[in-house]
Amino acid sequence: MTTRKIAVIAAGVSTPSSTRMLADRLAAAVGEALRSAGVPAQVEIIELREHARALADAIVTGFPTGELRDAIRTVTAADAVVAVTPVFAASYSGLFKTFVDVLEPDALAGKPVLLAATAGTARHSLVIEHAMRPLFSYLRALTVPTGVFAAPEDWAGGDAAPLSTRIDRAARELADLMTSRAPAPVADPFDDPTPFENLLADS
Amino acid sequence: MQFGVFSVGDVTPDPTTGREPTEAERIQAMLTVARKAEEVGLDVFATGEHHNPPFVPSSPTTLLGYLAGQTDRLLLSTATTLITTNDPVKIAEDYAMLQHLAGGRVDLMLGRGNTGPVYPWFGQDIRDGIALAVSNYALLRRLWREENVDWEGRFRTPLQAFTSTPRPLDGVPPFVWHASIRSPEIAEQAAYYGDGFFHNNIFWPSEHVRRMVDLYRRRFEHYGHGPADHAIVGLGGQVFIRTNSQDAIREFRPYFDNAPVYGHGPSLEEYMAETPLTVGSPQQVIDRTLGLRDVVGDYQRQLFLVDHAGLPLKTVLEQLDILGEQVVPVLRTEFAALRPAGVPEEPPTHGSLVADAAAELAAEAVR
Repeated sequence: MTTRKIAVIAAGVSTPSSTRMLADRLAAAVGEALRSAGVPAQVEIIELREHARALADAIVTGFPTGELRDAIRTVTAADAVVAVTPVFAASYSGLFKTFVDVLEPDALAGKPVLLAATAGTARHSLVIEHAMRPLFSYLRALTVPTGVFAAPEDWAGGDAAPLSTRIDRAARELADLMTSRAPAPVADPFDDPTPFENLLADS
Repeated sequence: MQFGVFSVGDVTPDPTTGREPTEAERIQAMLTVARKAEEVGLDVFATGEHHNPPFVPSSPTTLLGYLAGQTDRLLLSTATTLITTNDPVKIAEDYAMLQHLAGGRVDLMLGRGNTGPVYPWFGQDIRDGIALAVSNYALLRRLWREENVDWEGRFRTPLQAFTSTPRPLDGVPPFVWHASIRSPEIAEQAAYYGDGFFHNNIFWPSEHVRRMVDLYRRRFEHYGHGPADHAIVGLGGQVFIRTNSQDAIREFRPYFDNAPVYGHGPSLEEYMAETPLTVGSPQQVIDRTLGLRDVVGDYQRQLFLVDHAGLPLKTVLEQLDILGEQVVPVLRTEFAALRPAGVPEEPPTHGSLVADAAAELAAEAVR
């Protein structure tokens, strides 16, 4: 069976960051959910902090370079994406959005995506719903119903709905979505251009 | 192979002195650069078209018409003519007129411009960018090739039995390049008609350049204009040259760091690694330019950007001297030695197009 590729985007900026901790747990849970369904999985984690300067350059020049280009390729070629951001000023971080900004417009179209966020207070609990999900809807990604939000009390444990339960549920939803569909082929306008007769007809 | 310069016509303060040229000075500087290009043995001068500050060349055929009278040999071109927001009827007229004034030393490069707001200034919508380029060029071709044109399209009022005047010089329209940095549709358009494709690669990594030009070449062959390696390709380049590469880097760095197009982003060294920008010795510029052949194959026109980023005119003219004396003669020899037989050495010129038309007429008479 074809190995399914999962790209995990982690936008945390400190080391270690709770965002990266959540990303690691989600990555492990998704890999486990796929393997238990008999599907080999390969997970790659992209730490956006490592690409911070290259992202600023790409915004200015219009093209990504070096390792950032590889990271963009990894996301574009993945069968699914796990996107994890810290909450800065009541929304996804600027670094997270900058990475989304440099993706090609159709890079996530039709791709299963699991959304997750960390914050310093539970008052940001709905950030996935009011900030992240609209962004990924715009990109025509297929977001799974369970978003995983982690506040300080979640890491402390003892909550009525423990973090691990939500992680496992979201991972299962992503794995189900991935296994229910063939890997989406990425259309390439350079390999397969619109024939000129069609362009003429549309003009 | 043709070598030349293309100018954006930007008015940019010199970051080392803070001095900003006036529009009048900048326009005169463009003329001086063009005349100098001819003097040092370059083949082409191409002007941009812009309709907003800080750019001066809003009226390319006025500029090129004057240059036609000031030069003898230089081919006058554009980089680019806005096929989206200019009325194709006016393009047909203006460039046919310019052909007559310049004795055929004219071709033009069609593009969609570098600024979104230009569309509404001319009553158009940027969302129609590709459709405008396709529709307007289809009309432009007919205006140059047919005496009486009936036309109905989405983007301009209909025409009935319209004759564009003057008719193209010797009945042969100027050669056309289609330029695009990102849009595969424009490479497809150039291939469909068998026109030239100019990729302004100066701001882009070579991998992207290769894909754009590959697409054009493949589709050129698909549409029956000849083998892929006979397709007519032009490239941009930006260079800053001094005898010692360290001097070139030291002198150019403040201009790079503050340039509106790439300043405040990557370092000069990073930018040079990723794009064709070459700041160094004549030999480095020669090696780098020959290297473009490895990316796109044998190509027919190389345009350098030299008058930009606020560089003073004196420096720009020194750059042209170095290009003309130490760089281009070597490139001509090297490219010629590498070019396989059968691959066009040059883009079509007025002379070659007239000869082709005569040959076609003779062949038809025989049939």
